Formats: sequence, structure tokens, C-alpha cells
Amino acid sequence: MSARDDVLARIRSGLGRGELTGDAATAAAARIAEHSRNLIPARAAALDPPARLDLFVAMAEAVQTTVTRIIADIDISGEVARYLAAENLPAELRVAPDPSLDSISWSERPLLNIRYGKAEPGDAVSLTPCLAAIAETGTLMLISGEATPTTLNFLPDTHIVLLRASQVVAAYEDGWDLLRQRPGDGPHRLPRTVNFITGPSRTGDIEQKIELGAHGPRRLHVILVDDAKASRRK
Amino acid sequence: MDPTSRAFIENAHAGLANPVLRRALGIAGSGFPARRAEAIARLPEFEALREEGRAIKDHTIAHLDYYLELYEKNVTAAGGMVHWARDAAEARAAVLDICRSVDAKIVTKGKSMVAEEIALNDHLEKNGIVPVETDLGEYIIQLRHEPPSHIIAPAIHLMKEQVEEAFRAAHTELDPARVIAEAPQLCAEARAILRPQFLAADVGITGANFLVAETGSSIIVTNEGNGDLTQTLPKVHIVVASLEKIVPTLEDASTLLRLLARSATGQEFSSYTTMSTGPRRPGDLDGPEQYHVVLVDNGRSAMIGGEFQEMLRCLRCAACLNHCPVYTAIGGHAYGWVYPGPMGAVLTPALIGVGEAGHLPNASSFCGRCESVCPVKIPLPKMMRHWRERQFAERRIAPSYRAGLKYWAWVAQRPALYHALVEIKARLLGWLGKTRGRFRAMPLAGGWTQIRDMPAPEGRSFHALWAERQRAKR
Repeated sequence: MSARDDVLARIRSGLGRGELTGDAATAAAARIAEHSRNLIPARAAALDPPARLDLFVAMAEAVQTTVTRIIADIDISGEVARYLAAENLPAELRVAPDPSLDSISWSERPLLNIRYGKAEPGDAVSLTPCLAAIAETGTLMLISGEATPTTLNFLPDTHIVLLRASQVVAAYEDGWDLLRQRPGDGPHRLPRTVNFITGPSRTGDIEQKIELGAHGPRRLHVILVDDAKASRRK
Repeated sequence: MDPTSRAFIENAHAGLANPVLRRALGIAGSGFPARRAEAIARLPEFEALREEGRAIKDHTIAHLDYYLELYEKNVTAAGGMVHWARDAAEARAAVLDICRSVDAKIVTKGKSMVAEEIALNDHLEKNGIVPVETDLGEYIIQLRHEPPSHIIAPAIHLMKEQVEEAFRAAHTELDPARVIAEAPQLCAEARAILRPQFLAADVGITGANFLVAETGSSIIVTNEGNGDLTQTLPKVHIVVASLEKIVPTLEDASTLLRLLARSATGQEFSSYTTMSTGPRRPGDLDGPEQYHVVLVDNGRSAMIGGEFQEMLRCLRCAACLNHCPVYTAIGGHAYGWVYPGPMGAVLTPALIGVGEAGHLPNASSFCGRCESVCPVKIPLPKMMRHWRERQFAERRIAPSYRAGLKYWAWVAQRPALYHALVEIKARLLGWLGKTRGRFRAMPLAGGWTQIRDMPAPEGRSFHALWAERQRAKR
């Protein structure tokens, strides 16, 4: 008997039945197909979009994410330059080759060295888009893909994320729904990797003292484009 | 690893006599519970979430075969591969085969308790492959050649001085005059040493906090980001996970994730919660080319349908360790195997046998804090009692102890006799201890009176006083 069949047989013997059939199997299949939501805390779910945005910012800042709110896309490159200068970081950036970042006016910042692609070992700073942000815990939701390599989220010392106010949702479950609504690539419903990121890398492994920058980024900075007015008009 | 659980009593004495351990556990025993309490106070729905978490896990175990088959189907559809392992040896062999198939030399590892359980590192080393632990705590104990003493904070038994010592002994290529006395310097050194290892590794091995049947995904939760570098950079990602990690849907995983970080570290959410589904996709610029899951039984299936089935709900959050007066006094190494504290006292005998680990379920005051903080409400004290009953039934306890229990049970079942005997004993002891008010030694209780005095009874038994009070009320 193969290990697989043996393990399944032992489980069924423990459960006192054979393979799941009939109504029980139908019910289990329906539970998967419906993937109903369980209890979702009222903390974020009960809020209107502006209050939800404020909650996201407060929760993110509570875990050492820094957030700058800007009004329009035209300000993005300026905010990137300001942040790098303020943090004393080199004027270089590895940018996700994603169409949503194409409109950034890098030409106004000739001193910024912009490269595109996945992260390379020497890269100091990355800039990526995200799929959504979860207000409940100040969490960013990023997905892998041709234009959004996962290494950008982990290798550089500093990770800058571009977020639009209209992308802020209440709960993780809202993020899953966004994923399920995506067209998907070929046979795959889901991207290879989904990253929920809540603050910069940290460890408490030495005497329970929290140190930032254990292996992933030491700094996580969110540039929040406040397009909430546009989303409220919808 | 070879268990030393038989030597629990000696191990526990060594722990109590270790000043470094006492200081380290002092920090842990206050910090974790306080942070957990704060996090829960911020979430009014926490108690309702615990009920849901329990129901999700119970439902999953009752349909475990169904969800495992569905999970396997979805992993395969996403281009991954599931390897079933009946026991530790099969799991080790599966991992080694995959490593050999790509001629791996260096393997990075995210923290995984089931990898400890199957003693994976030793096996890889014996076969010429270098396993590199990348979680800071795991890295420290790997350098010190010792097992983890806590399931989420493996090096919790150490202070920074021991970490410095381990780093100086291992990182001999660095300047001996460098200053690494403080935690930030130690973290920076570990980061600098491990970064090239992440980049050089041929295979990355992680555990899984959850496996999602609906999507064929594995989910890991970390704070350092080491698990993500481990599973993103090498050509091959191997997930080693035990059967009971499965959950039906992403929604179910979300509910359990809300419980996990708050119960473990008191965080709202860990820094990184990462879901992986299969290998890299055509067009992806990074990610592993192969994705394997080694699904480990190693004793779990035998727990189904018996009195320890509820233990399979365990999320490995460590709240029961952090709140246990025994664990926080003696530390994790005393328990002698992979899983310490109350969850270990129930799980270890199930996995390695009650003959080997019989002391563990007896090392409890039954104060019940473990059950009261468990995010999925596992009745840990009840199950420790089941182990004690089994030990009694299987004659695994000393004949004198067994005889004493039998005598006590016989008396306790006869209330009139019991009350009379207790009343006589209370009066006798009260008379004997009249002058001092306490006893410095007692027959049959030498271990107890060795370090404390027994107060002399003041003449009447509790039952007698209680009965008197009730009569007076009427």
C-alpha cells in the first residue's frame, strides 16, 4: 500500500467510516464552493471609506510603517526623492515593471537612478504597487506576477509601496475576493505568491527586544495617493 | 532528535538551578502574557473568534481525508507535487530525494517544528548537505548544537551574552575586536552572515502554518522575512507540514490567522503572512522552479477517533507555554523533546509514547491557564488527566504510588469515612504542631517539606467548618 493510501486509510479508520460519500461529500464540496465568510471584526468592517483609510494609516504606523499622504500622481516622484533624501538613502531605485507605475514622472527627477525588474543583491531601495491594503491591521497585500516580482518585497533594505486610497479595504476577506475576481493567468486562479505585509521585518529572538530589519526590509514606506474623492463618486 | 523526556525530573532540576535560564524565562514569562492581554483587549470579538476557530478545526479533522485529497488535487493543478510520509523516516527520505535530484549543496530553512520532529537537519548533514537555519533564534541554537526550547522563540532560554559567545565562536572570519554586546549588533551580524547563504542556497525548506484545501496553497507566518527569502530565492521550495495543518478555505485561514498572532506574540498580525501556490509561473521574474509539499503523518492519524483527537486543533501559537507556571520555571529543554509546555505534555506522549514521555503530563498543577488562553480551546488539563489514567491502567507508575492512589480512591468514595479520617488527622496534626504552628518535616512528604514548611492545621477540617457555617445560615 502506498504511503498516501495508508495514511488516508488510517484517517478513515479513526473517523470510523469509509471514503466520504453522498450527502456528506456534497456538503463538504458546497462548503468549499461557497467559501462563506466567518465572523469579521467590526473594527474596520463598520467604517465608511474615509474612516477606514484613517484606520489603515493608524494601524500601519503602529507597527513602524511610515505613511505619506499625497494628493495627485504628479507628486509621486517628488515624494520618492524627498523620502530618500530625508532617510539619507542613495538616489537609486529598483522599480517593479508594472504598468500602474508607468505614469510616474521620473523625468522630473534626473538625479534618481531608476532601474526596473526583480531585486538584485545590491539594491538598496525598491518601489512596488500593491493589490490592496487591509485597514483592520494596517496590512499591505501584494501579489507576484510578471510585473511584480516577490524579491522586491524582501531583498532591498527599504521597500516603498504605492497605494491608492481606493485600494484600502476592510478585511483580509475583501482581499481574497479581489484575488478571486482577477482574470487569472491561464490555468491558475491565484498568483504564485500573495504577501500580506504588516510593517518592516523584525525579530524579538534576543531577550524579547524588538529589532527592525532582521532579514527583510528595515524600512517600509507607503506613499498613499488620496484618490478617495474619486472612489466616493463611484 | 533522541528524546530525553525520561530524565524530566533531573532536567527540571537542572533548569531550576540555571541562573541564565531563570533570567531569560523571567523576561518571557512576563512579556508574552502582557502583550497577548493587550491585543485581546483591543479585539472585542476575540472570544467569538475562538469558538469559530475551534469549530473550523473540528470540522476539518472530521473531514480530514476529504480535504487532504482536495488539497493534493489543487497543489498538483498548480504545478506542485505532494509527497505523503507515514513517519519521520519517510519524510526525511522524501526531502533528501528532492535535494539530491537537483544536486543540492546548501539548503536554507525557515523555522519548522515538524522539521525538528523528524530531525531533518541531522539527516541532511549526514548525507553531505549543509542545512542553514535562517530564523535568528533557530540560527543561534543551530550554532550551539542544541534543540529549540520554545515553539515560536527557539532561543528564549538564552541571554545576549550567550548569543555573542556563539557568534564569536562561529564567525571566525570577522574581526575579533568587533563589538557585538547588544541585540542590534547581533541582529546586524546575523543578517550580514546569512544574506549570502540565502543567495547561494539550492533548496529552501519551510514549514507551514496552514495548508488551504480550496486553493492548494501553503501559508507561512513570520516576522523576520527569512521564510520568504528561503522560499523565493532557491530553485526549489519544499514545504514540510503535518496533516492537521489543513483548513478548507481562505476564509477559514483568515479566522485562524486573527487568532494566531494575537495568541502567540500579542501582535495584531505578524509582519509577513505569505501564501504560496505552486512554482513560479511562465513570465515570472523570480520564485522557485519547483514546489514540493512533504505531508507528514508521524502519529497524527492514530490520534483521530481517540481521546486526544482535539489536540489536532493546535495552531502552535505557544500561548499555553507562555502562561504555564511549570514551563516558565523550568524552561523547554526539561521536557526532553521537540514540544514543551502543556501542548507538549499532551502531544509528546501521543507521538513518542507514554512510556518515553510519561513524566510530562504529570508536570502540571492543573491550574488551567493553558486551556483558558488556548485560541482553539483545547482541553489540555483534561487530556493530561487522560494520560495519567492510562499510566495508572497500564501500571506505568511506581507500585507505592499506585497503592497510595488506590487507598485514597477507596476512602474518597466513602464520604462518611473520609470526613471522619480527615477530622481525626486535622485534630492530630493540630495538636502535634501546636507549639511551632508548622512542621519542618513530614513523613511521606519529604520532597514537599524540603523547601517549605507545612503549616499546622488549626484543629478542624474544611468540610466540618463548612457544614457548621451552612447550619448557622439556616
